[in-house]
Amino acid sequence: MGKIKFNLNGKEINMFVDPSARLLDILREQYGLVGVKEGCGEGECGACAVLINEVIVNSCIVPMGTINNKSIVTIEGFSKTKRYDVIKEAFEDEGAVQCGFCTPGMIIASESLLNKNPHPTEEEIRIGLSGNLCRCTGYNMIIKAVKTASKKGEGLW
Amino acid sequence: MVKSFIPKTYKEALNLLAKNKLTIIAGGTDLMVKNKNISGLLPKFKKDLLFIAHLTELDYIKKEKDTIHIGANVTLEKILDSFHTHSLLKEALSIMASPAIRHIGTIGGNIANASPAGDTLPVLYVLNTKIVVKSLDSERTIPINDFIISSGKTILKENELISEIIIPDNKFDYEVFLKVGARQADAISKISFAAIANVSDSIVSDFRVTFGAVGPRIVREIEIENNIIGLTTNELNSRCKEICDSYKKFITPIDDQRSSAVYRKKVSLNLLEKYINSIK
Ligand SMILES: Cc1cc2nc3c(=O)[nH]c(=O)nc-3n(C[C@H](O)[C@H](O)[C@H](O)COP(=O)(O)OP(=O)(O)OC[C@H]3O[C@@H](n4cnc5c(N)ncnc54)[C@H](O)[C@@H]3O)c2cc1C
Ligand code: FES
Ligand code: FES
Repeated sequence: MGKIKFNLNGKEINMFVDPSARLLDILREQYGLVGVKEGCGEGECGACAVLINEVIVNSCIVPMGTINNKSIVTIEGFSKTKRYDVIKEAFEDEGAVQCGFCTPGMIIASESLLNKNPHPTEEEIRIGLSGNLCRCTGYNMIIKAVKTASKKGEGLW
Repeated sequence: MVKSFIPKTYKEALNLLAKNKLTIIAGGTDLMVKNKNISGLLPKFKKDLLFIAHLTELDYIKKEKDTIHIGANVTLEKILDSFHTHSLLKEALSIMASPAIRHIGTIGGNIANASPAGDTLPVLYVLNTKIVVKSLDSERTIPINDFIISSGKTILKENELISEIIIPDNKFDYEVFLKVGARQADAISKISFAAIANVSDSIVSDFRVTFGAVGPRIVREIEIENNIIGLTTNELNSRCKEICDSYKKFITPIDDQRSSAVYRKKVSLNLLEKYINSIK
């Protein structure tokens, strides 16, 4: 066991935890943050994506021992921001959600991308979302939603 | 359950390595998948863990006179974004894994993992990269092709870690990196190919070729290269078939779920042929 200190959705956390434990399990089981989904459990699908120090990371392959002094934002924390409102509306308007399983991860990926590059080209959006799999939409609507968010959220990123 | 050490300093990490048998864990993107357990349970590590990703002493990119020095802990994304990074390495990184993996996966991890499909490796071999290996009381600097022995095996001793890599900062007349994979993101290479060449006054003055994912280790054949250096470009082009044939016995891919051996060998040699033909 070890003491790990981090910021979770704006709150300072100090916890005793096994440093090899997966961030995904801690978020879901200890903090009830079940918007963070488990798909593949191997870093390949992005369903478990969170922001660590503002960039997208897959929490299923992050051991707790690597997050000391970092800031973690899950979809629950991100949903309290204006940027989220813009992305969410764009996803709704473009029909980018079907079953919704990939959606939290897709929104985290969109935020990570727009934060670094507020006006991405279609190619850059595809690269930005390339680690996130969706089994329903065929991606085009999601790509369009990110374009729309980038336009409607002008100035937010 | 294994024990975990989270050292405060680099010095402390070297001390811990000197005294214990540990698995070094940096970003964890390879290790967490390899040691995956049932959801909710701890990963199945066998040895105690030494966490190093937070050690800022190993997180830097700096340019010196003719070399670029990259700390082992630098993430793949940071190297991709750096102004100092060699264009070939950028190409390899830009099509590697996905942003989420590149944000935490490190260069030290990609090298120590020593997968023949590791995407930075063909480029690091072709650029004559050196690996700096540290223990509490020693330091050695080793060319990457001596550092990696075979698939998953390096010359690292139990008390050692990679501290940095040194890449000569050269420009080349010809440089190529190509990866053949199934899906654009998160696709493990079926074949990767990196090559450079310099030509002055129609004489080939430098020629290096590497293949990844075509055998238990990255293929780079210095002897073949030395026989090519000094040829005129006309000679090089007319001997193309002979040169491709000389690589044949070193390209020993396997059949696996990603691809077949016959396909890998054929495509590898085609890439080489095309590359040689491009040198004028
Ligand atoms: C979904 C997914 C996609 C991927 N796609 C690719 C890809 O396209 N191409 C590719 O090449 N790889 C890929 N990888 C593999 C992996 O992300 C890379 O190899 C990465 O660079 C590993 O770095 P890490 O810091 O996460 O390593 P870790 O998992 O922390 O460690 C890997 C190995 O290196 C050792 N190690 C780490 N740092 C040091 C050090 N400083 N000194 C000594 N030993 C050390 C560890 O002990 C371990 O044996 C992928 C992985 C995943 C999960
Ligand atoms: S569950 Fe983490 S990437 Fe698939
Ligand atoms: S909406 Fe169902 S997986 Fe994407």
